Amino acid sequence: MSTRERILGRVRRALADVAPDDTPYERAVERAYAREHGRLDAVAAAGLLAGNLADYRARVHRCAEDGLPAVVGRLLAGRGARTVLVPDGLDPAWLADSDARRVPDLAASTPAELDRVDSVVTGCAVAIAETGTIVLDGGPGQGRRRITLVPDHHVCVVRVPDQVVTSVPLALERLDPTRPSTWISGPSATSDIELDRVEGVHGPRTLDVVLVGRPPGGGPR
Amino acid sequence: MRVALFLTCVNDTLYPDTGRAVVRLLTRLGVEVDFPMAQTCCGQAHYNTGYRHEAEPLAQHFADVFGGYEAIVTPSGSCGAMVRELYPRLGERARAEGRGGSLAATLAPVVPKTYELTEFLVDVLGVTDVGAYYPRKVTYHPTCHGLRSLGLGDRPRRLLAAVRGLELVELPGAEECCGFGGTFALKNPDVSAAMGADKVRNAVSTGADALCAADNSCLMHIGSTMARLRTGMRPVHIAEILASTEEVPAV
Amino acid sequence: MSGTFVGMPAFPEAAREAVADRTLRGNLRHATHTIRAKREKAVAEVSDWAELREAGRRIKDHTLRHLDRYLVQLEESVTAAGGTVHWAADAAEANRIVARLVAETGESEVVKVKSMATQEIGLNEALEAEGVRAYETDLAELIVQLGKDRPSHILVPAIHRNRGEIRDVFRREMGAWGRPAPEGLTDTPAELAEAARLHLREKFLRARVGISGANFMIAETGTLVVVESEGNGRMCLTLPETLISVVGIEKILPTWRDLEVFLQTLPRSSTAERMNPYTSMWTGTTDEDGPRAFHLVLLDNGRTDTLADEVGRQALRCIRCSACLNVCPVYERAGGHAYGSVYPGPIGAILSPQLRGTASGIDASLPYASSLCGACYEVCPVAIDIPEVLVRLRERVVEGGPVVRDGNRVVLRPAKGHAAERAAMRAARWAFARPGALRAGQRLASRTRRLHPRTLPGPGRAWSATRDLPAVPAEPFRDWWRRTRGGEEAE
Repeated sequence: MSTRERILGRVRRALADVAPDDTPYERAVERAYAREHGRLDAVAAAGLLAGNLADYRARVHRCAEDGLPAVVGRLLAGRGARTVLVPDGLDPAWLADSDARRVPDLAASTPAELDRVDSVVTGCAVAIAETGTIVLDGGPGQGRRRITLVPDHHVCVVRVPDQVVTSVPLALERLDPTRPSTWISGPSATSDIELDRVEGVHGPRTLDVVLVGRPPGGGPR
Repeated sequence: MRVALFLTCVNDTLYPDTGRAVVRLLTRLGVEVDFPMAQTCCGQAHYNTGYRHEAEPLAQHFADVFGGYEAIVTPSGSCGAMVRELYPRLGERARAEGRGGSLAATLAPVVPKTYELTEFLVDVLGVTDVGAYYPRKVTYHPTCHGLRSLGLGDRPRRLLAAVRGLELVELPGAEECCGFGGTFALKNPDVSAAMGADKVRNAVSTGADALCAADNSCLMHIGSTMARLRTGMRPVHIAEILASTEEVPAV
Repeated sequence: MSGTFVGMPAFPEAAREAVADRTLRGNLRHATHTIRAKREKAVAEVSDWAELREAGRRIKDHTLRHLDRYLVQLEESVTAAGGTVHWAADAAEANRIVARLVAETGESEVVKVKSMATQEIGLNEALEAEGVRAYETDLAELIVQLGKDRPSHILVPAIHRNRGEIRDVFRREMGAWGRPAPEGLTDTPAELAEAARLHLREKFLRARVGISGANFMIAETGTLVVVESEGNGRMCLTLPETLISVVGIEKILPTWRDLEVFLQTLPRSSTAERMNPYTSMWTGTTDEDGPRAFHLVLLDNGRTDTLADEVGRQALRCIRCSACLNVCPVYERAGGHAYGSVYPGPIGAILSPQLRGTASGIDASLPYASSLCGACYEVCPVAIDIPEVLVRLRERVVEGGPVVRDGNRVVLRPAKGHAAERAAMRAARWAFARPGALRAGQRLASRTRRLHPRTLPGPGRAWSATRDLPAVPAEPFRDWWRRTRGGEEAE
């Protein structure tokens, strides 16, 4: 008998005392919890997102669409970034005000090469206000998972309000499980010394999140 | 209203003052109290130490003795929790062992009518001011089974707050276990003693004259630790405070 | 030797040493009290905590109820997504599988994400025996590995060490494992974290094989989830070419949507955060992003035996948050090592004797390592009634009875060493069934009360070494009641 069969057999014997139950899963578990904790309008949701991101030591910046290149340029210059990783599909306009050398996100790059890059700029798939989380799923402008990990500085652009949801349940609805995803809530941190949180271990020690709103007076994009 | 006092074996043997206080208090509030002489032990120590099958006849005996009363009142959070929370479980387990539903049926009637003393006062009699007088500074320790199994909540504090002359001070780390835990105190004496010493240290830090609780098992452990550490503080069961009046003060 | 728990003394003896260690007591007290207050705040922020907890309990119970079906579904999903699934009945089989997979890559070192399952099976030692060095990359695991120490907490394995001790370990040991600690390293947490970053980075950058566990596996999609803080998890999950995940079979959730419950309850219960810094989710392999080969090793190792006990099976709901450790007054004083297992604290006290059986001294003593105060049950995000299971296991120790070990139904004999206690319990039951016998005993005690000592010899010392004996009253209550008719007549 294979180990697979042995384990499945053990499971079935272990459950011999349990009454049969064929309730479909959708009805088997009562979900009395909230889909979101209070309905927030777009302004409030963005405010909550900003507050929670900042609470976990992300640096939060807000600007209108046309101000984005200046903000990104300033953030990169402020770090003294000479090189910046650029994932496929990133709007080139975002980097218009930066003279850092562009490094493309290539499958062939080695981790050591990525380690020599100063900063990375990406978009995201969705952001969660209640938890101060940005989620990247490898979609356009987000790149491979490792590019937002190895460089020490990550600039992430969130479109407000389109990409902001209030809660974890609403975020999961927007994501495709077949795509690898990375949920980021503040810069790398640890609670391993005396159970107290310290920021800055292996991931980027600086996380800049730019919340980009529609231009003043502009209509829907 | 006629109720049965389920005093518990520990109180009967070691803390008769608590029993007398409950009788005095309930009588003063117009309750007719009976003490069924056939009562012994609820079986908690047996059950919690792993001797569930030894606990069963004691539970059956309890149901026989108390089954005919309207209400059963006990000045012990842990023995009250044994009846209310664990008697149903005894029945379920017997059924799961293929012994049918007879144990569950025997025990079922006493479960809903068993009340811990402060529950009985607040929920059944609907009183928080029991007309007591106790001119001392007191801190209150909510015992684990009262707090978490029975959900006594703020009932004991509300009763104490209404006692004339009594100054109630908050106990730091109040909700932490005192370290008694029945046979735990004997099986893990070092951890138990360390927990007891921390509880006593916290109690002493309040500057209170007495530490009050609604369970003499925990108070035995805390009080014995206080005595060994020569703190000068004393343990007191809440019934003795609530029974105390200007005319008949607690000793 | 690190990582081994063989020959551990029973809990009370191990706890005695811990209680006497003032530094350890101070470290644990500081850490657990810090996190307790924070957890309470993080949980209070969520208005529907009780509903989330209940849904978590039900999802887990449902999954365990249909575990065979979900395991098969998970296997199909992972395979369809490009992964390879392996099954391991016990630790030895899991270790053999992993060692073979590593050997097939030709590598002699691996980087590891903190994982309870690989600790449980002693993977590092097994790989060492095959000539493969496993580097722990979680900060606390690194501290334990460098210090040749044993883990003492599920979330923070080095919780028993304070910052000064950690600095000393880094200064002394880092050089032998790779990049030495920076000159003049101080004990500020930020500097210690920086030292770990520098030390481990070279290992991450050259690693070809990563080994992880997983917090959740989604049967419907084949997705695995790792919840972490530092980024070492992301390093191990995305930089190597080969990823091997060893995961207990109870970590399954039926659907993607179920994550909405646990991604809310786990971080708040565990590190007391709204959300942990990093969560990685992956489904099989993805072209040109992350490992090219993904192996999932599904581990039984006592889990199906645990599943066979109708009371004890609820322990398999555990999501390893460690809230029960942080709130436990016994853990706070005894420390994690006393539990003789990678699973310490209240959850360890119900998990170890079920996964390993109650044959050893330490495992038979664990069900008693609790005052049954219930604080653990109160904070558990999947509502495991730990006191109920502890009592169930005490029963198994003293009464014996049918259990399942290694898939076989066996009947346990009552444990030795409880003979005197069993006799006392029986005698008490006999007396309590006869009110007359109880009264005779009470009277004898009352009559001889002036002769009672304040301390006791022999086993009684367990009480009287630190506590006075309560004084026996002049008469028991029942005599007073009879004499005065309930106080109606003069005393």
